[in-house]
Formats: sequence, structure tokens, C-alpha cells
Amino acid sequence: MDTSHLIKTLAKDARTSDKSVGTLMVWACVAASLFAATVFALLLGPRHDFAAAAETPRFLFKFVATGTLAIAACTLVPRLARPGAAPGWRAALLAIPPALLAIAVATELALVPAAEWQARWVGTNWLVCLTFIPLIGIGPLAIFIAMLRRAAPTRPSLAGAVAGLLAGGIAATFYAAHCFDDSPLFVATWYTLAVAILAAAGAAAGRLALRW
Amino acid sequence: MDDKELARLLRLGMAGDETAYAAFLERIAAILRGYCRRRTGVGSVEPEDVVQEALLAIHLKRHTWRQDEPILPWAYAIVRYKLIDAFRRRGKRVEIDIGDLAETLAEPAVETPHERDVGRALEALPPVQRSVVTSISVDGASIGETAIALGMNETAVRVALHRGLKAIARRFGKD
Repeated sequence: MDTSHLIKTLAKDARTSDKSVGTLMVWACVAASLFAATVFALLLGPRHDFAAAAETPRFLFKFVATGTLAIAACTLVPRLARPGAAPGWRAALLAIPPALLAIAVATELALVPAAEWQARWVGTNWLVCLTFIPLIGIGPLAIFIAMLRRAAPTRPSLAGAVAGLLAGGIAATFYAAHCFDDSPLFVATWYTLAVAILAAAGAAAGRLALRW
Repeated sequence: MDDKELARLLRLGMAGDETAYAAFLERIAAILRGYCRRRTGVGSVEPEDVVQEALLAIHLKRHTWRQDEPILPWAYAIVRYKLIDAFRRRGKRVEIDIGDLAETLAEPAVETPHERDVGRALEALPPVQRSVVTSISVDGASIGETAIALGMNETAVRVALHRGLKAIARRFGKD
């Protein structure tokens, strides 16, 4: 088939009803949040002293860390989904959650006696954290990968990894409402590891499923 | 090439104007051809194959162009992706400089005759899609003529055409 024939053929399929990347992204975010909320409600649920905990800064900070991660990743995914839309300076947004965590860890180390560091770092829930953040996040990750398949990521592994960070941010936000380990030492270690698992899964899924 | 004119044609095309869309594809093909020819050596990657893959990709991914943004950076990112993919399939590692966005010189719209990858992919389609795509591409029939010749309704022809084009595009990058 020569190119002029190909062009005539494509022209006959001119009209498109495919949704824009922005629209796809909104629906993926809604679906992913509902999915994560459902899995969270079925498997864990919020901690029983949620209302009292909501008045303590350590508990609230967990949502600041996970929320900024979700927002930063959420602004990057649509850009990685469109050809020629380089993330540019927005990539730096991903440095905000680690920076906040670093400040929080330094503050915690300054406030808490060294003898307590280890107990707060390991906590009581680290295995629960490493299990349930990936478990809550894997469905949202699949949703974002499916959304990216309908778009056109020119860097599939990177797009998948950032989708993993987004799924991790959403999952960790829900998980934080359940977990009793509020120390930044715990969050910086175990939440980070759990989110990294999702980011690695996303990168692998991107390499396998996002070529077009 | 005026980006605004390309954007106007593509907007019309996405709304269903086949003539405007064909004009858009002709112009973008000439730009892609220039891009590919400058980056492929003799005997490695056939530039016209990449032009066709990129045209298919532009077609199937046209909803990823934001209508308020320029066309050319988007189109160059797609052809660059397809060119790297073509080199990779042939076992070569390449780095393609993206500092080419200013190059909008188009090559003359001629190509050398050659059995294209797209043509070969067409051979592998399921029978109905293959008949529809062949009727429209090789025989140059319209949707209506194809519908009558194959005893289908026009909607079914449009669906088979779209699915056939998607299936052809999917065959690339998998071998």
C-alpha cells in the first residue's frame, strides 16, 4: 500500500469520538478513588479513634505527605500520556513529598528522645502497611494503566512508574486513616517502601502494556 | 508549514470533514517524510515505512492532541517514537535529538514504490476487516461503494475500517 492510498483510507475514518486525555484522566481518577475506597472499607476501615487522632499533628501530617504525592503524580500522568507534552518543571513537584518527609523526620528526631526512635521507626504495623498499601493500590494502578493505553505515552516505563506513584498516593491516603503508627519515622520508611512497590509494578506494566 | 492551518484542518477532520482531514494528512506526511529521510541511512530503516506507521499512529491517537496546542511538537514526538521503535526492531540503538522542532521543511510528496510494512500487515487481517480495508485503500472505493459491494451497512463498514486500522497498527512493535 503506498502512502497516498493509506492517507485516502485514513481520511474515510476521519471522525473520532475518542475522549481527550484530560477527560480520560478525570474518569480514571474517579474510578481509582472509588475502587480504593471500596477495598479500604471492606478490608480495613478507619481506626476507631479517628476523631481524636484527627487533632494530632502527626496523624494529620500523614495525609499531607500522601496527598501531595497523589496531587504531584496526578499533574504528571496526563502530560506523560500525550506526545510532546514534556513534564518540564512539573517533574519537580515529585520532590515535594520527600522534602516534607525529610523535614518531618528531622523534627521528630529533635522532639523525641533517641531511646524511642527505634520503636517509632518499626512501629507495630509495618507488615500491614507493606501489605495493604499495595493491595489497595493495585486496582487503581490497573485503572491508570488502562487509561494510559488509550492515550499515547512516548516513555512507557516512566509513565507506568508515575501511574504507580499516583496509585500509591491514593492507596496510602486511605491506609493512613487506618494505621496507628503516626511517627514520620514510620511513614518515611514503610509508606515509602510500599509506594515504591507500586511504582516498580507500574514501571513493569508500562514496559509490557503501554507500547503503541 | 503553518501550524495554525494544520490545526484548523485537523479540527475539521476530527469533526468528520474527510476532505480537510485528507489535506491535513497529506501535509503532515510530507513533513514526516523529511524528518525520517534525514535520519535513516541506506539499507537500515526504510523511511517511508516509518512515515506510514507514524501516519497510522497520528490517526489512531489524534485525540491525544490538545486542540489549543500546536500540532508540530505533538506530531514530531509521535514520529520520533515510531522511528526509534523501527530502529529498535532492526536491532539498533539510536538516540534521536529532539532539537528538531524548528525543522518544518517538507520533502516533495513522492515516494519510491516498495511493498510496505503496512501492506503486509493488511494481509494478516481477519477476512471482513481485510476486505473492507482493501476495498477502500487499494481499490479506492468509498464507504458507500464498499458497503454495497460487500453487502454490509455503512456503519458496519466504518467499524470494520476502524478496527482494521487499529489491528494493522498493533502489528508494529510486536515482532
